[in-house]
Amino acid sequence: MPVLLEVTLKSVVLVFVLLTGFAYLSLVERKVLARMQARIGPNRAGPMGLLQPVADGLKLIFKESITPAQVDKPMYFLAPVLVVVPALILFAVIPVGKGPTFQLASDINVGALYVVGVMGVAVYGITLAGWASNNKYAALGGLRASAQVISYELGMGLSIVAVVLMASSASLAEIVEAQMPGNILGWFVFRQPVAAAIFAVTAMAELARAPFDLVEAEQELTAGFMTEYSGMKFALFFMGEYVKMIAVSALFVTFFLGGWSGPFVDQVPILSVGYFALKVVACLLLMIWARATLPRMRYDRLMGFGWKVLTPVAIANVIVTALLIVLGVPGYR
Amino acid sequence: MTDLPLLIILGAISIASALGLLLSRNAIYAALFLVLNFGVGAVIYLVLNAPFIAVVQVSVYAGAIMVLFLFVIMLLGAERLSPAENPPGIPLQRPLAIALGAALFGLALYVLFARQPPATPSPMVDSSPAAVGQSLFSTYVFPFEVVSILLLVAMVGAVVLTRNK
Repeated sequence: MPVLLEVTLKSVVLVFVLLTGFAYLSLVERKVLARMQARIGPNRAGPMGLLQPVADGLKLIFKESITPAQVDKPMYFLAPVLVVVPALILFAVIPVGKGPTFQLASDINVGALYVVGVMGVAVYGITLAGWASNNKYAALGGLRASAQVISYELGMGLSIVAVVLMASSASLAEIVEAQMPGNILGWFVFRQPVAAAIFAVTAMAELARAPFDLVEAEQELTAGFMTEYSGMKFALFFMGEYVKMIAVSALFVTFFLGGWSGPFVDQVPILSVGYFALKVVACLLLMIWARATLPRMRYDRLMGFGWKVLTPVAIANVIVTALLIVLGVPGYR
Repeated sequence: MTDLPLLIILGAISIASALGLLLSRNAIYAALFLVLNFGVGAVIYLVLNAPFIAVVQVSVYAGAIMVLFLFVIMLLGAERLSPAENPPGIPLQRPLAIALGAALFGLALYVLFARQPPATPSPMVDSSPAAVGQSLFSTYVFPFEVVSILLLVAMVGAVVLTRNK
């Protein structure tokens, strides 16, 4: 079965790239954060600290795998897996380059809905880790995670609705095509700035990264749902968070930054992958910048912001977009 | 029917997860078995060439409703209640459950064995999101609006219940 073989090979390459990306993203984050705080950052392992992720990985593998006595065993072991898997399978529908060579299933006509579904399921891992740890801090972290994700999912879904309206298709490949590759003003970030802003904010909240990292909140919750995890299980949570960072950046690029589009992609299709990667890295650096700059929000403010500001604005944006499309305003067809 | 073996395996997982839901003593496990059941249902829809229904099943049931269920169970600590602590349920709960279960089983048996299958299988329908949207807002607009009003009433009820005096 050549189709099966092709899909398997693509998936293996994708997983390899993502896991390498995860390792080096953690190094980049530490380096950039250090520079922003006027420190040097990790520079001991290898030239310029480039072997730091290898050292971290080896250290975590050789750590004793501790299973605390009070945990609910099946769920305790299942939870880290449930964090990593949704982050990885998000990539199934993302077109990382021009043409069918660089796509797994991005031409399915429900791609955007698939993204919303997988993002919704992704919270199970964190919630269950909090519950299975049988620890007050962990349980609070898990509860915060589910409340936060439920509140911000709505805004994210509605910002994707605006994009789907603009492209009049829910297929991610067609959403990229609809942004008129070759013309930077066709990008939805210019035609749908409100949706782009809402998606960016809700994505950070879904990731539970600073300034929305109430889920971990070291000072109050001693790292929240991860409190009872150590060794490779802890590394899996880390991996889940970073792979999801890459996935969410890739989604932002696909929805708002024209996906793989850029100059000369028609002549040299392989360039499209480079443009895509470049845009994703830019988004990742923005996220790290936000973490270094913004302090953590207060929890009631976070919930209030989600429900009383983001959701109504997102609904209004969908209505306005639909009206503009029906009226045939230029740029909105 | 090349999909038959796949459907049999999926059906077996579906039944096993439903049994797990009924038999687990812990509310969290019961909820997770239900999530597994919804997930298998979504895969069955995919095998039957209905990707739209499949992803809606995942995002609405598994992604939204069951997360809320899990949240409430964890918040109330309901998973640790022993049967003795439970408040008394509906009177005649057991006989009612047996009667309703038997009725449902009978209906399923009737549909499976007694009813004549249609002579020709119904034609393939367009299951793309655009086609589903079209029929939802034209042919089925009345039931659609009725369901919307029902949901709105439930929402207003929830807001009224949680308002401080």
